[in-house]
Amino acid sequence: MLDISTWFNDLLAGNTIFTADTLGYYWEGLVTTTQLVFLSLIAGLILAVPLAIMRSSKHKWISLPVYLYTYVFRGTPLLIQLYIIYYGVVFIDGIQETFLWPVLREAFYPALIAFTLNTAAYTTEIFRGAIKATAQGEIEAARAYGMSPRLMMRRIILPSAFRRALPAYGNEVIFMLHASAIASVVTLMDLTGAARFVYARYYAPFEAFLFVAAIYLCLTFAILFFFRYLEKKLLAHLRPQDA
Amino acid sequence: MKKLLSLSLLGLAVAAASSAQARDYDNVRIGVDVPYEPMEFRTAEGELTGFDIDLGNELCDRMGVTCEWVEQEWDGIIPGLMSRNYDAIMSSMTINDERREQVLFSDPYITMPSAWFAASDLGISEATEETLEGMTIGVQRGTLQDNYVTDNFSDVADISRYSTADDMVLDMEAERLDIVFLDFPIGQSTLLESEEAEYVVVGERISEPKEYFGDGFGIAFRQRDEALAEKFNEALAEVQEDGTYDEIYTRYFGEEDAE
Repeated sequence: MLDISTWFNDLLAGNTIFTADTLGYYWEGLVTTTQLVFLSLIAGLILAVPLAIMRSSKHKWISLPVYLYTYVFRGTPLLIQLYIIYYGVVFIDGIQETFLWPVLREAFYPALIAFTLNTAAYTTEIFRGAIKATAQGEIEAARAYGMSPRLMMRRIILPSAFRRALPAYGNEVIFMLHASAIASVVTLMDLTGAARFVYARYYAPFEAFLFVAAIYLCLTFAILFFFRYLEKKLLAHLRPQDA
Repeated sequence: MKKLLSLSLLGLAVAAASSAQARDYDNVRIGVDVPYEPMEFRTAEGELTGFDIDLGNELCDRMGVTCEWVEQEWDGIIPGLMSRNYDAIMSSMTINDERREQVLFSDPYITMPSAWFAASDLGISEATEETLEGMTIGVQRGTLQDNYVTDNFSDVADISRYSTADDMVLDMEAERLDIVFLDFPIGQSTLLESEEAEYVVVGERISEPKEYFGDGFGIAFRQRDEALAEKFNEALAEVQEDGTYDEIYTRYFGEEDAE
């Protein structure tokens, strides 16, 4: 263990910017970014499934509120949403006394809320498109079997819609990772926050940002790889068959 | 013949380029991070004003050059100078060794201590590792206050870093921060005079060690622009000599408090 740390210190001795200290900041940033993106994607996904079903409903009073929600959150920049949720809420009188404050006080949760609502809006629209694109024949077949709408949704429409949505959703995950770079405006020490800190402290924009860009590239690569694997697994029936 | 012609053209181009280098600065762009009241801020009418602005304009008048103020957020202010977005920085920048490696400073034009500010009910009388344990400290990213707090308190406290001093004051009023560390006059005009809550200075004003707190505020230039720095220094000496400096000082800091 000691060997590794001396080896590491020797490696770092040659430069002034990437010390064990600053690498610590980058590491902290990596953890924060990963947590933030992962949690908001999971929560967004859970929200998006029922919302997408509501959004595809024939009844206006069910689909319209969801449409309004996705319209607002897709129609405004994420940065503005984050500002409103972080700086805006403190102007609500007495917010500090409510049960919400312990959550809103930390920078992490307002960012998580903003990211979740944003990705849920996009994911809802992705799923809605996939639900709408369900082949008419599949639906007729399900009806012919006497399936109830509920059963049909669960067994026929959703499973095939999810598969169709997969490539588009993979893109949304990557967009979310990159959009999370704005978290540092509300003092979060995410990857970009760490890079800005190093940049401001050592006046080294190239080193600080190239290094963090490389980390984002690695993360994106991992996401791409994961989705390619999923597509291979779940969309196997759509590929042309080799002899 | 052709070769001779192109050579002489090349020579002409080089000559033109070098005379542009040594140009008599008649138009100087100055980078500034706004707002940082009372050093640089906008009035209700949107007009740029403050101690730095008034002094800077006065210096430009003396040198007979037109000055243009370019706004730039603090954490990119030195890189902005390097990439020629402007020719000088006059934005409450403390002269210290770390920055001297990057930029050329004028003579100091004001000295200003830093101080801790907190809500009056925080209940500590000085800022030490023990009293700040577990607290959330606010600083502006990339300032010497950031460096000082990062190096001395990052083990015991949470540090929140802001792009602008305004965002930090907002979060102080929102009770997201327990205590902030910033230039004394800035805290004085933003927090002590705040109507939102009662704030106090915690402990003494701090201007030591020099390693962090440096030698007062200076105007920063690119290393090679020695002639420009020299012109600013001469103008500064002149302004300090004839009392104009004192007049501008009193405008923003009053009679007392003069150091």
